[in-house]
Amino acid sequence: MIADLNKNKGCIMLFEFTDEQKMIQKMVKEFTKNEIKPLDMEMDRNGFNDELWKKIKENGLLGIPLPEEYGGAGGNAVTGALALREISRGSASVAVTLDAHWLATDIVFHHGTREQKEKYLHKASEDSIFAFALTEPSAGSDAAGIQSSAEFDGTHWVLNGTKAWITNGGISDLYIILAKTDEKKSTKGISAFLVEAETPGFSVGKKEDKMGIRGSMTSELIMNNIKLTKESLLGKVGDGFKIAMMALDGARISISAIALGLSEAAREIAVDYAIQRTAFGRPIAQHQSVQNMIANMDIGIRNTELMMFDTARMKDLEKRHTKEAAMLKIYSSETTMQTCKDAIQILGGNGYSRDYHVERYLRDAKIFEIGEGTSEILRMLVGSMSLNK
Amino acid sequence: MNIVVCIKQVPNTIDVRIDPVSKNLDRTNITGVINPFDKNAIEEAIRLRDKHGGEITVISMGPPQTIDALREALAMGCDHARLLSCREMAGADTLATGYVLSKAVNKIGAVDMVLFGSHAVDADTGQTGPIVAEFLDFRQITFVSQIDMEGNHVTAERMLEEGRERVRSKLPVVMTVTKHLNTPRYSKPVNIMKAFRKDIPIWNYEDLGCDINMIGIPGSPTIVTEIFEPKRRSEVEMIQGSPEEMVKELVAKLTADHAI
Ligand SMILES: Cc1cc2nc3c(=O)[nH]c(=O)nc-3n(C[C@H](O)[C@H](O)[C@H](O)COP(=O)(O)OP(=O)(O)OC[C@H]3O[C@@H](n4cnc5c(N)ncnc54)[C@H](O)[C@@H]3O)c2cc1C
Ligand SMILES: Cc1cc2nc3c(=O)[nH]c(=O)nc-3n(C[C@H](O)[C@H](O)[C@H](O)COP(=O)(O)OP(=O)(O)OC[C@H]3O[C@@H](n4cnc5c(N)ncnc54)[C@H](O)[C@@H]3O)c2cc1C
Repeated sequence: MIADLNKNKGCIMLFEFTDEQKMIQKMVKEFTKNEIKPLDMEMDRNGFNDELWKKIKENGLLGIPLPEEYGGAGGNAVTGALALREISRGSASVAVTLDAHWLATDIVFHHGTREQKEKYLHKASEDSIFAFALTEPSAGSDAAGIQSSAEFDGTHWVLNGTKAWITNGGISDLYIILAKTDEKKSTKGISAFLVEAETPGFSVGKKEDKMGIRGSMTSELIMNNIKLTKESLLGKVGDGFKIAMMALDGARISISAIALGLSEAAREIAVDYAIQRTAFGRPIAQHQSVQNMIANMDIGIRNTELMMFDTARMKDLEKRHTKEAAMLKIYSSETTMQTCKDAIQILGGNGYSRDYHVERYLRDAKIFEIGEGTSEILRMLVGSMSLNK
Repeated sequence: MNIVVCIKQVPNTIDVRIDPVSKNLDRTNITGVINPFDKNAIEEAIRLRDKHGGEITVISMGPPQTIDALREALAMGCDHARLLSCREMAGADTLATGYVLSKAVNKIGAVDMVLFGSHAVDADTGQTGPIVAEFLDFRQITFVSQIDMEGNHVTAERMLEEGRERVRSKLPVVMTVTKHLNTPRYSKPVNIMKAFRKDIPIWNYEDLGCDINMIGIPGSPTIVTEIFEPKRRSEVEMIQGSPEEMVKELVAKLTADHAI
């Protein structure tokens, strides 16, 4: 697509996908069309679908961004974004589940010891879903305010506390849990731990009954004096917050890929409908107000696409992309909210019906303005980075 | 057991343009995909290999971009791929194609089974497999919907218009397969990455030891005199009345037309 603009014209290079990326994208697209999309409406009613996830695992989608030495496909941020965008065109729920898994595996890959990687990453590519747990009932945006504690008793780390709103809680085999190792310190008093699902004292609490992405699982996690070996510490003591923030920079690219895919799915329905539906003697697509909505969708989609691949490219070049990822996430989430809302408007009464998908898409879209940093928090981040140059 | 799968790259769209001068399909600007039934052949080859051992070589005769189809076959799980391509091969009909494919099977050597799709969705003759069997002097079983191996014998079920037929044959054998045989797998992303690291040698007619008069246009006795779109005739007749009356009348009309 975009690459064609540049061929032999002395223009700057924007985005060129490799043949491998193109073939992976094609595979994911086909898989989504045949296996995922037909189930999205059903998952909205009945929740996480085990059968579908069995297929997703069998077909190697869990490991797309993991290196081949761990059984993954060796994809990078661009490959991951291509895949999540395709999946989200079929189901944002499935894409969000995968996003949380990739966020957690990315942390193990970047901060784990050789032994930790060997122990967990093969499973992460093949059949284990991972989760990332930072948020607590009393601390979300204010991540430094978490209260879960980890104390070293001479031989073991002992963890206590409750996590809330954890994507993949209850379906994961491994949890990355952030806990305070030093109450006196703020962000530097937080450390990251690898917690296996079967650890005694570890349990899954309330399953959230959500507005959208209902095909994904979101739960509370309870740690009641759970004992972990020294080898369960991820990175150094006190590095937890830094590790989490770095990983969230990357995850915001993934979330935006999902928001983009969802926008595209809503746009497709809206455009098809606008062409077919007539009012006042002509297709509603010929009424200017409707056209304006479609135009705005396309502007948002194209901008998201450009920002997203550019930020993914920065990540792949190992350039710091905190600000870019934050701007991207604000933009992509607000675009998808507006796009899904306008899609409903274009469908009129039918848009308000559960049969036409777009009302579900709007409910799905709202998460992107909240999870992985709210729009308010991210605007604060962008603003402060803009002013404190 | 060593298996060769012959695959054809076919256009991805249904609206194929026909070159008005050469009467051939105009293949420029069309993205290619593996002929759907050939994917069933690949799937079966992989299952047979995984159960009985051996290696799978996938081959295709076609222009250079055919390599994409071969790459996809590798990503699905085939071991080796060979592209049969050179200017001299262009313009081939099924006879010339069959000749080239049989030469490639001979060059690969020690082949027990050659699998084909029942037909290609574009040119759609269904002749290529049987022609290759004749050139190789292998037994052939067409329209296969099930395959069972037993030592060096294969038992295959054939899907025929009027029913099914079970056939037993010794190896080596050529088989053309239908979509009822299996459900082709997706290429796992990790296998896609591996497929791109594999070498796909290109064999020209000299590599294959082909007689230049038996390939390409000189080797193709088929003469396409005209290609045209069949005229569409559609007549719509509205049936009126109560649902019961309408159903009765519809059934009567369909029966009269021998449609049911
Ligand atoms: C479906 C879903 C899945 C989730 N998955 C995960 C997960 O896998 N792992 C995980 O750790 N967390 C997860 N979360 C939690 C999510 O990250 C938090 O909900 C989010 O960070 C906001 O935190 P909060 O809910 O505590 O809201 P609060 O922090 O209480 O914020 C409430 C409101 O106040 C605003 N606000 C707060 N502080 C400021 C300020 N300083 N200035 C201006 N406005 C402010 C916020 O923007 C927001 O509008 C998930 C949440 C949802 C809904
Ligand atoms: C340079 C070049 C240009 C060509 N241009 C054309 C063209 O313009 N139009 C055209 O139709 N064909 C072209 N071919 C391919 C060849 O002529 C046809 O594949 C052949 O005529 C098969 O006819 P069919 O489609 O009826 O196959 P069918 O007999 O219906 O196919 C049955 C099965 O035979 C196998 N098979 C068929 N063709 C091939 C092949 N090429 N390689 C490997 N396996 C195969 C597949 O398993 C297929 O499912 C070209 C080949 C070359 C080398």
